[in-house]
Amino acid sequence: MSLEALLPSAIDGLMLGFVYGLAALGLTLIFGVMKVINLSHGPIIALGMFAVFILFSGFGVNPYLGVLAAALVGLLLGVAIYFVAVDRVINATELTTLLATFSVNLMIIGVATVIFTTSPRSVDIDLGALRAGNVTILGTHGVAVAVAILVAAALYGFLFRTRPGKSIRAVANNRAAAELMGIDSRRMLALAFGIGTALAMTSGALLATLFSFTILSGGTYELKSFVIVVLGGLGNPTGALVGGLVIGLLEGVLTVFLPVAWVPVVEYVIFVAVLLLRPAGLLGARA
Amino acid sequence: MRSIRFVGLTLVLVGLVASACGGTTPGGGASPAPSQATVTKDLIIGFTASQTGAQNVTSKRQTDGIQLWVDDVTKAGGIKLKDGSVLMPKVKFYDDESKTDRVQALYTKLINDDKVDFLLSPYSSGLVKAAAVVTEQNGRLMVTAGGADDVTMEQGFKGVYQVYAPGSKYLIGAIDLMLKLDPTIKKVAIVNEKDSFSASVVAAANPYAKSKGLDVVVAEGYDTGTTDFNPFINKIQAASPDAIIGGGHFEDGTTFAKQLFEKRVNARFVALLVAPPEPTFKDIGDAAQFIVGPSQWEPAAKYSAETAKAANVPYYGPTPKEFTDRYVAKYSSQPSYQSAGGYAAGLVLQKALEDAGSNDPAKMQAALDKIDLMLFYGRVKFSLDAKTHGKQIAHDMVYVQWQKGSDGKLATQLVWPSDAATAQAQLRK
Repeated sequence: MSLEALLPSAIDGLMLGFVYGLAALGLTLIFGVMKVINLSHGPIIALGMFAVFILFSGFGVNPYLGVLAAALVGLLLGVAIYFVAVDRVINATELTTLLATFSVNLMIIGVATVIFTTSPRSVDIDLGALRAGNVTILGTHGVAVAVAILVAAALYGFLFRTRPGKSIRAVANNRAAAELMGIDSRRMLALAFGIGTALAMTSGALLATLFSFTILSGGTYELKSFVIVVLGGLGNPTGALVGGLVIGLLEGVLTVFLPVAWVPVVEYVIFVAVLLLRPAGLLGARA
Repeated sequence: MRSIRFVGLTLVLVGLVASACGGTTPGGGASPAPSQATVTKDLIIGFTASQTGAQNVTSKRQTDGIQLWVDDVTKAGGIKLKDGSVLMPKVKFYDDESKTDRVQALYTKLINDDKVDFLLSPYSSGLVKAAAVVTEQNGRLMVTAGGADDVTMEQGFKGVYQVYAPGSKYLIGAIDLMLKLDPTIKKVAIVNEKDSFSASVVAAANPYAKSKGLDVVVAEGYDTGTTDFNPFINKIQAASPDAIIGGGHFEDGTTFAKQLFEKRVNARFVALLVAPPEPTFKDIGDAAQFIVGPSQWEPAAKYSAETAKAANVPYYGPTPKEFTDRYVAKYSSQPSYQSAGGYAAGLVLQKALEDAGSNDPAKMQAALDKIDLMLFYGRVKFSLDAKTHGKQIAHDMVYVQWQKGSDGKLATQLVWPSDAATAQAQLRK
């Protein structure tokens, strides 16, 4: 295969990697703070897609305002999921919390399939494109990258510069010690679950501006998120962002040399290899 | 790290969700009406329709076509048999959600619980294949309204009859049209959905292209449900083909065409399966222009009593104009070939009932075997060979292209075969 495809493929992959990273950030934040593997991550990504779709097609709301709305709804939804499904089993074994979020997954998919059906939907927006040689960067992809960077930066600002953010980090570091310092760990855990959910819905909302989707589309991105967080280091937000970019770039570059259908195979080989050889991930698991 | 090991278990559970997440949507369908008179009997025709899921757009067209046939027969007083009795067709259908497992379950229900008299098929080859297997297992008869896959009809089925021209014919004419338009075209990219229908299309088109001296510079399949075609498009752009052929079904074909346009791929000729003949394909705007699509039927088709006479077969049913006018009057939309396929399947069933003189399955099977008709939809005749029994052997494809008229509006033109064309095909400049 001609190397002419390498540059545009690498750029396409890298740009998608930012959105993948954002989705993975939500998953890894929740795990990092409370050691809960959130199996409702995929359906929540899909709900982000549908939030934008409903606001855009039903009420004519600009899709990027829809992204903001999806983030806010995600925050509230995440807090609600925490208190309904996670809070009462937060100190149980990891298998219990895993099954609790799996139940949430089934409930969301079941209800949303009845409401939205599995018919494909799309948010048709055209922001033009930048073209140079055989490289085309669509406006929608450019905006998605910019929003992903902005959201990731805002998350870091929140976690490192604000009191609630520092409280979340304290709870993640040592819950008992944080409580002794007067931090309400339950509230912080709920807030962290809310933020993780908001990140998942934001990534879904951005993906809705790029590709068509169904209520089942979140599953693909959930699997990708798991590969990314393992690659970057479970519980490590920076690792999730870097992992997202690596997987995105890899997807882009591999398709030049291999049939596209082989890309997931390579991704899961990497996933297993990282688990076996470097289980803490490229950047190390949560400190 | 114990927690990391959990990720393996996590993935297994995520996989379980992916396979279990369908849920169920209650199907909608007309209930059979009570028996009306001693000489008038209800004829219950069962099928599934993809009211939701990936096939919902084109499947709805097929269902509309079937419903229109039922309306027309009802208005005409039913199907009159030689013994004086009259059969009033009623449909019983459910939403299959575009899923094969739903089709298998629902066709079993239609046969065993609803006890329908005859079956029509769902839309799309994958679903038709699932329905055909259940039909055969139960020794029933089904006219397939919307499945073109060759492989399904090469299983030696006894009770399945195909109205569509088989998939192997879909892109052959497109290649002929392309070379007629521009014999200097040399490089072609083939990118298709990896389902049984599209695979059977490409299995015929790829060697045909090579036999015509074309160089197939890209040949790759994409998974059903693909929404990001950029990896394929980057490969296509690097190979600089003169032409692109492929696609699969409506959703992916529409997305593929749109993304080809967004990336300014400058192939002069693009032919895609299924999506272009659907009237709503124009919703992608200028991306639709110049795209060619194989079609089982178009409103501009010129099948008539005269063409039937020339082919030495009887003409049966409405003219293309009558069908189109009735369809537009009922649905306020132009019919697609899926609509015509649905109506034509009903007509085939109707003619077989009239010829058989009853709805006895053995007599019906004999009547279906003898069918050789010209309909508004074109000629219909089934293979009687043991291995390919029921496969369509007489129907021909036509080809449409989205072109801009003098008013700047997009419209489909019938561009091939040349003797039926309403406009000259155009190459993208």
